Amino acid sequence: MSSNIPGDLRYAKSHEWVRVSGDTATIGITDHAQHELTDIVFVELPAVGRKVKAGEACAVVESVKTASDIYSPVSGEVTAVNKVVVDNPALVNGEPYGNGWFFQIRLSQPAEVNSLLSPGDYGKQIGA
Amino acid sequence: MNQTLKRTPLFAVHQRAGARLVPFGGWEMPVQYSSIVDEHLAVRRAAGLFDISHMGEARVSGAGATEYLNRLLTNDIRKLPVGGGQYTLMCNERGGVIDDLYVYRPGEQEYLLVINASRIDDDYAWMQKQAATANGTKLENASDELGAVALQGPRTADFINACISGASQGGTAVASASELKKNQVGEFEFRGRPVYLARTGYTGEDGFEIIAASELMEGLWMHIMAQGHAHCLQPAGLGARDTLRTEACYPLYGHELDENTTPIEAGVGFFVALDKGDFTGRAVLAEQKAKGPARRCVAFKMTDRSAPPRPHYAVWINNETVGEVTSGTQSPSLNAGIGMAYVPGDLAKPGTKIEIEIRGKRAPAEIVTKPFYRSPNKT
Repeated sequence: MSSNIPGDLRYAKSHEWVRVSGDTATIGITDHAQHELTDIVFVELPAVGRKVKAGEACAVVESVKTASDIYSPVSGEVTAVNKVVVDNPALVNGEPYGNGWFFQIRLSQPAEVNSLLSPGDYGKQIGA
Repeated sequence: MNQTLKRTPLFAVHQRAGARLVPFGGWEMPVQYSSIVDEHLAVRRAAGLFDISHMGEARVSGAGATEYLNRLLTNDIRKLPVGGGQYTLMCNERGGVIDDLYVYRPGEQEYLLVINASRIDDDYAWMQKQAATANGTKLENASDELGAVALQGPRTADFINACISGASQGGTAVASASELKKNQVGEFEFRGRPVYLARTGYTGEDGFEIIAASELMEGLWMHIMAQGHAHCLQPAGLGARDTLRTEACYPLYGHELDENTTPIEAGVGFFVALDKGDFTGRAVLAEQKAKGPARRCVAFKMTDRSAPPRPHYAVWINNETVGEVTSGTQSPSLNAGIGMAYVPGDLAKPGTKIEIEIRGKRAPAEIVTKPFYRSPNKT
């Protein structure tokens, strides 16, 4: 199985991706993760304004078979959530790096981004 | 958990097909090949092929077999003609369910019981214990020797004769497999070897189950897949099997059924024949049928958008927890959260508003009439 791993993103071992722009990080789950979960039917997102620590569970994604926690790879405050995926969870399967994003965080510790996995290292982790 | 999971004769086939394999009832089984929703809809619209070789089979034969099974099982076996099949339950003295099963009668003094994978050892031990007093009855655990597949969906009758050709040699006499009616079983030949073919299933669709010697299974699977190709046949895993049976409100052992739950509570009292003479568990079941059980298995549907209900979620009525979800999923046919749960008998009425506790929050749901889905095509 070949997974799409965009070269301009950073990755968490728990299969989230992070796109950094200024002091804001956008977070979603990887193509590999959506493929493993399959048939996503429900997404629960954190409240805007919530402060999260790196590694904290703050969203839930449910497939037909199971519920899985989604962890914030970085610390900060939730500034926006993607209401479109709440209405149409299948977007996570169809466009995991695009319209299937989950939430945005204003980084409180921007240096954390440097300890996330590079595309190459994430690829090695999933055996791509 | 991973200690020596058993593998069916089709394990290599599943690996080649790219299936995701998971532990189930002590077996390493395919949960899905493409996606649960795809496979579910394939079975509802066309055809799906399931490996059910993990299920157990027991042969019961001899002059005392009918009388023995009539005491062992809840349904009336005397109403089962040669070539017929019957859904039935095996209960303990308390009326608790040891297993739910299908019993086929391929010959006058010859029965084949199809039992749950996780229950093979318990069932067989119980059956041997009960057989100690039954004269002229031979028991045989054929679980390792036999494999099985389920071919399910509205188009399966269009190509079953290409899969298993010719007239039946035993059981129900038919000129071709497609002439079998619901619950009938016939003995046919595949590559010169005997196979049992029954028109039944666990999906709520028309379909067939084929039971044959383990060494035939790989050839049989490949042959059926090739014959079904033009009819949009897909391999289907246990994930779809679970969503399909949940929509049909068929109980699953370990979820709706266990040794502390009776068939009356589970809503399968139709398969308990109180008028057939004595059988194990009869006294308790007769009393429950007359008075109504204290709790009852109901079907419910989420009324607002919410996460899907899952087993063990608490059920609330009027601000009190009254029971627990036993099965739950997102229904691919209805695109809504559905499930089954036990609630107090006096509250078990369609239309009753309930709440399901999902991660600490209560989401509204409603008790509905079973089943969630009824096939427009079923024979």
